[in-house]
Amino acid sequence: MGLTCNACKRKAMQDTYHIKKSNPNQMIIALAGNPNTGKSTIFNELTGLKQHTGNWPGKTVTNAWGIFKHKNQEFILVDLPGTYSLFPNSAEEEIARDFICFSKPDATVIVVDASCLERNLNLVLQIIEITHTVILCVNLLDEARRKKIKVDLEKLSVELGIPVVGTIARDKKGLEDLKDIIYKVCSKKIIPHPKMTTYPKEIEDEIQKLIPMIEPLVKNKINPRWVALQMLDGDLKILEKITNYPNCKGGCHDVRL
Amino acid sequence: MYEKYIPLHQVHIGKTCIIKELKATGSQRRRLLDLGFTQDTPITVIRRSPLGDPTAYLIKKSIIALRQEEASKILVEIIRN
Ligand SMILES: Nc1nc2c(ncn2[C@@H]2O[C@H](COP(=O)(O)OP(=O)(O)OP(=O)(O)O)[C@@H](O)[C@H]2O)c(=O)[nH]1
Ligand SMILES: [Mg+2]
Repeated sequence: MGLTCNACKRKAMQDTYHIKKSNPNQMIIALAGNPNTGKSTIFNELTGLKQHTGNWPGKTVTNAWGIFKHKNQEFILVDLPGTYSLFPNSAEEEIARDFICFSKPDATVIVVDASCLERNLNLVLQIIEITHTVILCVNLLDEARRKKIKVDLEKLSVELGIPVVGTIARDKKGLEDLKDIIYKVCSKKIIPHPKMTTYPKEIEDEIQKLIPMIEPLVKNKINPRWVALQMLDGDLKILEKITNYPNCKGGCHDVRL
Repeated sequence: MYEKYIPLHQVHIGKTCIIKELKATGSQRRRLLDLGFTQDTPITVIRRSPLGDPTAYLIKKSIIALRQEEASKILVEIIRN
């Protein structure tokens, strides 16, 4: 089936996802993570805005954005709905997935719950497959301590190959460090080198075959390895998504499956 | 002693079991894996809603509700004390 270039649909997506910078020096930072890990709490503390926080029904269902400044650099912070995976299962999860995957933020902060890291790391591994500019924010350290869980932040950083910062957002703890790391990643003073999953040889071979075909379609807008993985996973609509998404458009007429 | 695996929805409230096999396929399988339903993970049945469906399970330190239709595709082994 050929994919159609639908101007109306594209306009609608632009309205939902396109964040306008008021000056070109602003950096866009996405706040991603599982549901209920404290993303909106961090968002409110950093931007001074009042996104609804708390357990259901306070959960975030759409993108909200606000501005904060650190060392004279302006950042646009985008608070995303919580998601367990980049394979969306609801409209909210799709909003989060689309923003993380297609809007190319300057950095993505993944907020995880220190008291259930194993569950949260699934999303981390998925996100580092699409972008390298990732910061891990291990929040709810107080909850973890209460449950006698000790998190070795340094080891986590070495194992994942990305900067890690520990926070207790509700008590405003660790947020200066978080801002510092965001600043350093955006100004390339810290360059994350995430350790990505390597798949069995058959899959890696298929990925290597697909990448040269995907590269000219997506240019440098999106990580071609990630697109190849989605296609191998059976998501053939992925190329349509990419061409419809405002920051990734171009090549719309060329894409045929 | 040989124990056959049973589907998760047949496990009684309060019991803990170990996930042994996922019968689900496609996007449902993907979803269950993303929610933490991976092989050899312990899972405890917490409570059933008044109408019997869905049921809340404790898995990897979070409570996740599943419908019977989904739970029936997760094969588990009961832990005996
Ligand atoms: N104990 C503790 N609670 C926290 C911390 N950070 C946030 N919370 C609380 O956790 C709950 C959820 O916080 P939110 O900021 O709404 O979480 P979220 O990640 O935005 O949730 P979704 O939008 O549903 O994904 C709120 O009740 C917060 O007050 C923390 O560091 N420690
Ligand atoms: Mg929120």
